[in-house]
Amino acid sequence: MLNVDDILETIGMIREENLDIRTITMGISLFDCVSDDVDRLCGKIYDKITTKAARLVATGEEIGREYGVPIVNKRVSVTPVSLVGGAAGPEGYLKIAETLQRAADATGIDFIGGFSALVHKGMTVGERNMIEAIPEALATTRLVCSSVNVATTKAGINMDAIRLMGKTVKKTAYLTREHNSIGCAKLVVFANVPEDNPFMAGAFHGVGEPDCAINVGVSGPGVVAAAIRRAGDCNLSELADVIKKTAFKITRVGQLVAGEAAARLGVPFGIVDLSLAPTPAVGDSVAEILELMGLASCGGHGTTAALAMLNDAVKKGGVMASSHVGGLSGAFIPVSEDAGMIAAVERGALSIEKLEAMTAVCSVGLDMIAVPGDTPEEVVCGVIADEISIGVVNCKTTAVRLVPAWGKKEGDSVDFGGLLGSAPVMRLSPYSPARFVERGGRIPAPIHSLKN
Amino acid sequence: MKAVITVTGKDTVGIIADISALCARHGANIMEITQSVLSEYFAMIMLADIDGLDVPFAAFAEELADMGKKRGLDARAMHEDIFNTMHHV
Repeated sequence: MLNVDDILETIGMIREENLDIRTITMGISLFDCVSDDVDRLCGKIYDKITTKAARLVATGEEIGREYGVPIVNKRVSVTPVSLVGGAAGPEGYLKIAETLQRAADATGIDFIGGFSALVHKGMTVGERNMIEAIPEALATTRLVCSSVNVATTKAGINMDAIRLMGKTVKKTAYLTREHNSIGCAKLVVFANVPEDNPFMAGAFHGVGEPDCAINVGVSGPGVVAAAIRRAGDCNLSELADVIKKTAFKITRVGQLVAGEAAARLGVPFGIVDLSLAPTPAVGDSVAEILELMGLASCGGHGTTAALAMLNDAVKKGGVMASSHVGGLSGAFIPVSEDAGMIAAVERGALSIEKLEAMTAVCSVGLDMIAVPGDTPEEVVCGVIADEISIGVVNCKTTAVRLVPAWGKKEGDSVDFGGLLGSAPVMRLSPYSPARFVERGGRIPAPIHSLKN
Repeated sequence: MKAVITVTGKDTVGIIADISALCARHGANIMEITQSVLSEYFAMIMLADIDGLDVPFAAFAEELADMGKKRGLDARAMHEDIFNTMHHV
């Protein structure tokens, strides 16, 4: 039986607290597109995506209108193209990227992910060719997202891959210099990458996935912030309970939309990703939640503890609300996409070192951080290696989405527009890790990976 | 299938008449209605059976929202399942 207070609470969440479904992402396998001829491969990829996702956008909008909850993004993730590109050279991979862009245009989706490679233990010729094509692929397409997994807890850290990614990030920044190096916002370097992540830029359709699946990412920092505000003066046990209950409600909406989308599209439901994903909109900030928990500013001492509690409570509340939870599932802490994070950096309260510590207790990692355009390649590699090692040792996903903004220096601001927001250029340590990075090779897997 | 129709905003003459007329025109059967006016602020919640709708539900919801907008009101028609799943285990 419906109750008036429940109805008003739901409507208030949507109207005032920015509750939305961040994304319905359709995962599509490209394995059946494999061909020894790149043009034939591209033709099959285009046909498969435009057939499977033909009704994705219309269905997402229809569900949004019927349930009265905005569905912000409709996206597609595909099998890492390095696994289907096979013997293609860098030019072949550029053709594949261009095909993905055309398929995205034809279906009207917001982003397409899967220009990806899994190279945590080593690299095939095809994977190297694909990674070499990344900068130009990101510079010549708008909606294609790229990711590279360079480490897992089981395999250790592929430092040769990290060296290549340092170079790739810098080159991408250069090739997209006319647009604030925005190519780097579409490129993520991962450790322990999940194979069913619906969020960009790191989404791809993993090798163990079915032919097609619907994965949904919820949102809701504004709803959690409002609930904490309403809770007033209570102790942390009570506060954790408030967050759990709110996360449960948010995730139930995600589960409902996921089930509905899967049924209407005739595709199996994959997972709901519980992540609290902020936007640059006022009142939709993870930093604001931490401050409402009692911190004078996000980034001050106590931030890691508050975030750890938030992240855990979100998972505990969300997990019961969904039949299958997956993806990244935690709190996101991107800088440019969160008004509270931007404010914390601008007031000098939040440094990259503190962000790194925060990533040990929440999902993802150093995300959407602008750094000076003249940052040396080896320093980018050092930042990536540090963050990746946190993921490897803690058996969790971590990632780096760093933007060495061409021509910008510390204190400048870089505007990416839309959901990507704007980022203050942050300071990095001036001390070089060059000798360490140049050694190359692999950092062995940690001892606790030996669980069998 | 049931829908929850909510209308909030400044009170004026004929809000319920307009909403009811829209429901009748499209074959939505009103089952329950509750409304309050607090210092000129109007809030109404209606439960309607939408099995007999003559247009797709999404189109009905859009027409209702547009009608509300013209009167300066926030009017929404939402499938009841969003409330049921969010608030009931």
